Amino acid sequence: MTESTGGIDMDEESSGTIKKFAFVNRKAPYGTIYALESLEVVLISAAFDQDVSLVFMDDGVYELKKGQGTKAVGMKNFSPTYRALEGYDIEKLYVEKESMEARGLTEDDLVVPVEVLTSEEMATLMDEQDVVLSF
Amino acid sequence: MAFEINGKTYETDEEGYLVNLSEWDEEAAKYLAVEEKVEMTENHWEVVNFLREYYNDYQIAPAVRVLTKAIGKKLGPEKGNSKYLYELFPYGPAKQACKIAGLPKPTGCI
Repeated sequence: MTESTGGIDMDEESSGTIKKFAFVNRKAPYGTIYALESLEVVLISAAFDQDVSLVFMDDGVYELKKGQGTKAVGMKNFSPTYRALEGYDIEKLYVEKESMEARGLTEDDLVVPVEVLTSEEMATLMDEQDVVLSF
Repeated sequence: MAFEINGKTYETDEEGYLVNLSEWDEEAAKYLAVEEKVEMTENHWEVVNFLREYYNDYQIAPAVRVLTKAIGKKLGPEKGNSKYLYELFPYGPAKQACKIAGLPKPTGCI
């Protein structure tokens, strides 16, 4: 007399939990593969509809610098790709104020609009994340 | 691997994508379309040209979802949907249209 449910899980939708991911970019765009790899992971992560933030600090702020000339280093200039992030619904880009100032940069030097946070505010932001990935 | 049209050689990778984006021309597109069994119409060219512009602007081949949305924005909602794009490129708009447009395989292409 027992009736099997046939393994049908009524709560299938609940598997779509949204987590907060922060990708922290700390290295210069060229010379190592970190910056480009981070960007590729970010683009792929967009397919999973998660809450994604990008953080740029230390030399990572150079990744967003306008006017990158890469002919001499023989690498593709991938900085235009940051402008594609909006189309991927990744719109939370944060730059650390101290890192930018230490390198003589302002928001006008960057290829995309960003939100500038102090290192203290950055700490709060990271605290709120479920996952922090550092590149 | 490579193919040749009118004495010009085009180098391709093991999946048939052009190695050098700059080598692309209409003749190459027509050849790649035949390989993909796609008969190019004006609507196909529209998508292929759109992809080339997108790549030129952003240096990546867009994911299908992003392509669909961007096409809808530029060419109207009747074209910005996956049904329309899959009718044009039955084996995946990003994969097939990118190949014909001479772009690399899209990142995150599943």
